[in-house]
Amino acid sequence: MPTTTFTMDDLTRLLRECAGEDDSIDLDGDIAAIAFEDLGYDSLALFNTVNRIERDYGIRLSDEIVAEVRTPGELLAEIAKHL
Amino acid sequence: MSTSTLTGRAGAGPGSGPVVVTGLGVAAPNGLGAEEYWRAALAGRSGIAPITRFDPAGYSVRIAGQLDIEPKEHLPGRLLPQTDHMTRLALIAAEEALADAGADPEEMPAHAAGVVTAASGGGFEFGQRELEALWSKGGNHVSAYQSFAWFYPVNTGQVSIRHDLRGPGSALVAEQAGGLDAISKAARNVRGGTALMLAGGVDGSLCPWSLVCMTKSGRLSTVTDPDRAYLPFDAAASGHVPGEGGALLVLEARAAARERGARVLGEIAGYAATFDPRPGSGREPGLRRAIDLAFADARVTAADVDVVFADAVGVPDLDRIEAAVLAAVFGPRGVPVTAPKSLTGRLLGGGAPLDVASALLALRDGVIPPTAAAVDCAYADAIDLVTGEPREAALGTALVVARGYGGFNSALVVRR
Amino acid sequence: MTGVGVVAPGGIGTKQYWELLTSGTTATRTISLFDATPFRSRIAAECDFDPIAAGLSRREIRRWDRTTQFAVVAAREALADSGAVGEMDPHRTGVMIGTACGMTQSLDREYAVVSDQGATWLVDEEHGVPYLYDYFLPSSMATEIAWMAEAEGPVGVVSTGCTSGIDVVGHAVDLVRDGMADVMVAGASDAAISPITVACFDAIKATSPRNDEPESASRPFDRTRNGFVLGEGAAVFVLEEYEHARRRGAHVYAEITGHASRCNAYSMTGLRSDGREMADAIGAALGQARLNPDDIDYVNAHGSATKQNDRHETAAFKLSLGPHAYDVPVSSIKSMIGHSLGAICSLEVAACALAIEHAVIPPTANLNEPDPECDLDFVPLVARERELGAVLSVASGFGGFQSAIVLTAPGRRAA
Repeated sequence: MPTTTFTMDDLTRLLRECAGEDDSIDLDGDIAAIAFEDLGYDSLALFNTVNRIERDYGIRLSDEIVAEVRTPGELLAEIAKHL
Repeated sequence: MSTSTLTGRAGAGPGSGPVVVTGLGVAAPNGLGAEEYWRAALAGRSGIAPITRFDPAGYSVRIAGQLDIEPKEHLPGRLLPQTDHMTRLALIAAEEALADAGADPEEMPAHAAGVVTAASGGGFEFGQRELEALWSKGGNHVSAYQSFAWFYPVNTGQVSIRHDLRGPGSALVAEQAGGLDAISKAARNVRGGTALMLAGGVDGSLCPWSLVCMTKSGRLSTVTDPDRAYLPFDAAASGHVPGEGGALLVLEARAAARERGARVLGEIAGYAATFDPRPGSGREPGLRRAIDLAFADARVTAADVDVVFADAVGVPDLDRIEAAVLAAVFGPRGVPVTAPKSLTGRLLGGGAPLDVASALLALRDGVIPPTAAAVDCAYADAIDLVTGEPREAALGTALVVARGYGGFNSALVVRR
Repeated sequence: MTGVGVVAPGGIGTKQYWELLTSGTTATRTISLFDATPFRSRIAAECDFDPIAAGLSRREIRRWDRTTQFAVVAAREALADSGAVGEMDPHRTGVMIGTACGMTQSLDREYAVVSDQGATWLVDEEHGVPYLYDYFLPSSMATEIAWMAEAEGPVGVVSTGCTSGIDVVGHAVDLVRDGMADVMVAGASDAAISPITVACFDAIKATSPRNDEPESASRPFDRTRNGFVLGEGAAVFVLEEYEHARRRGAHVYAEITGHASRCNAYSMTGLRSDGREMADAIGAALGQARLNPDDIDYVNAHGSATKQNDRHETAAFKLSLGPHAYDVPVSSIKSMIGHSLGAICSLEVAACALAIEHAVIPPTANLNEPDPECDLDFVPLVARERELGAVLSVASGFGGFQSAIVLTAPGRRAA
């Protein structure tokens, strides 16, 4: 289902579906600048989420994106460039 | 390193003394947690029932020792998308075992604790889901977690990460026998100087694809009555029932356990593994030799053994061989024999570690858990099979026997 | 170690294998085993394996997964090479085989059959081939080799992902040292170039997408490296208790004098950048072998050519070997034969034994632009002649496993 917007809500929804969430972390808070690592997400969690975003939104992100982006805010900005 | 300075002893090596069990974690179809399982085993309560995880109507095997949990109650949400059911059970059992031992590896020196598990088919249900995604939707639908969630040492890896076990890690496969091999390997690590090892296996796989694979062993019972499907040593034996679960044990050197005031459940006293010759070779099966070698390793004789936890595969030819071997080793009806696995089904890599856990609990409580009440032993002249009711006895030493499909035999001696 | 058998990309048999490695030629190419068009990475190092020519019967070929076929053929060569056949007591002979993926190729193919290409969750029992339980259990390949070798001692499978090929040798040596066997047939096999494997590495972008240049796609320690190239193969050894081998006058390739493994307890796929667990495994293996870092004359690296691995490994060498890390030649044969997952470390142990035997260090192919962060002597492009007294081989794998093994030239072991 291609769409032209991708919000923080979309990202947290997909993170939950693709990589789960820990009770100790509130994904609905302001997480834009919190490192993925501190949110409990490692590179695999990000690969799973990024692959899903690529499929659902029909976009192709850089191979290095998982290594390069550190926070949800950075990932969102990177995705916006491709929509 | 000179070869002559090392002995063949599984329990006692140079310098480090005996290896003991200080903690248990159990996940069994008739009870989650060691004490709940043990109550069920003593009460003869079975975990074998019709499969409900999927509709088994189209399959020749429709019952199993299924163990359902609510994963969110036991594990952080982040682990759920990346774990197969059997890995979740292993993580639960590992947590219990370490807590039971009062051990916290994170407080230990960096490489002082490790883990060895037995595996069989790996995280097969996870694998089936990803194969389905691959073949029905395409390669880009395969999970990033597939690269390890299916593979054989997944439980070792996930348990090591969760509990910061940075010492030796491994996984062994020899179907049922692999569980004893894993415990022996971990005991060797302890003898080699690793302070604490988690060892055993939590295994099993109940999804349509694994069930179809397992039916091809020709050893699964097609009987649909849960009370009559798995009757080892019975004239009506028709194969066995698959199950899921197993046990993990905390192993330490006795001296170290004593030093930190840990409660000791028993000692891993001896072990051996042998392999059957090619069918039709006319050579003797290896089971007897495995038992004899394990006794030699433990420096015990048959007379020292107070109870045997049998392999009890439920395949008539193999039951006959085991009954004859036990009669030859111990004399006819020379020792009580039991098969609590008749209440859980066979748990692949988890089965033998669960038997070791049962043996340790039996030693602790002076009571032998029974084989399922429905079993009418066809080899009553050869073996004294404990059925229906638990039997109280003074127990000092137990033998656990495990055979794996494909010719594997392992035997382990535990003592108080 | 008294016998070596190899099935590898670019050569079936030890002789062809060694010729390939020392010539610096690569065996990576576009995948031909199935149509890989839809995948991100479409290259691999495949074995040109003709099972009939390799001596397998039609019945064996029909029943056995390619992984088992490789393992049996390699074991046969190793046994013949050792000259031990007929001199082994079945009760004192065992078999240990390592694998990461087992019979994945057959499971992948047969799943498609019973599920109607993934159309149904309730897969069809009727259409399942009779061998599915042998595919389910990787231990079935140990069974076949034990029957072939007439081994009735300890038999099994060691599976620790991409370190399996080292850990299985270490485990077999432990069993010999513990007195449980005099002879162990031990090694590893993997033949998992299959859609599900390619897809799962695509998903984490671990494999190289350099599809236009398959021959030069695997670039360990090179600045332009972008992932590993999948491989397949097997290497199996005959390992004997020293006196047993000496008594029968066997040719000894090398002694296995140290082995250790560690878990990084960090991530199922990620590596701690400091290389601490690998360094600790190296230190423990050297300790067992009673060797100092300076005694190591060659290091066979994991060198998978992922960005992360090669940096991690360089750090681990510096941490464990100290200043000697800058002096000792280090190479990755994955540059030539790809990364055959569990099998590769046994293929690397074979390369170490052959390097000692022939006094030649195989090179790292495709290393044209050294990564400044990987600043050791990685033996670029060309093999090097050198007498080798002790060599180290290391591996790093999914699950967090870090392993190291030390081989010592015969007669050179410390007292």
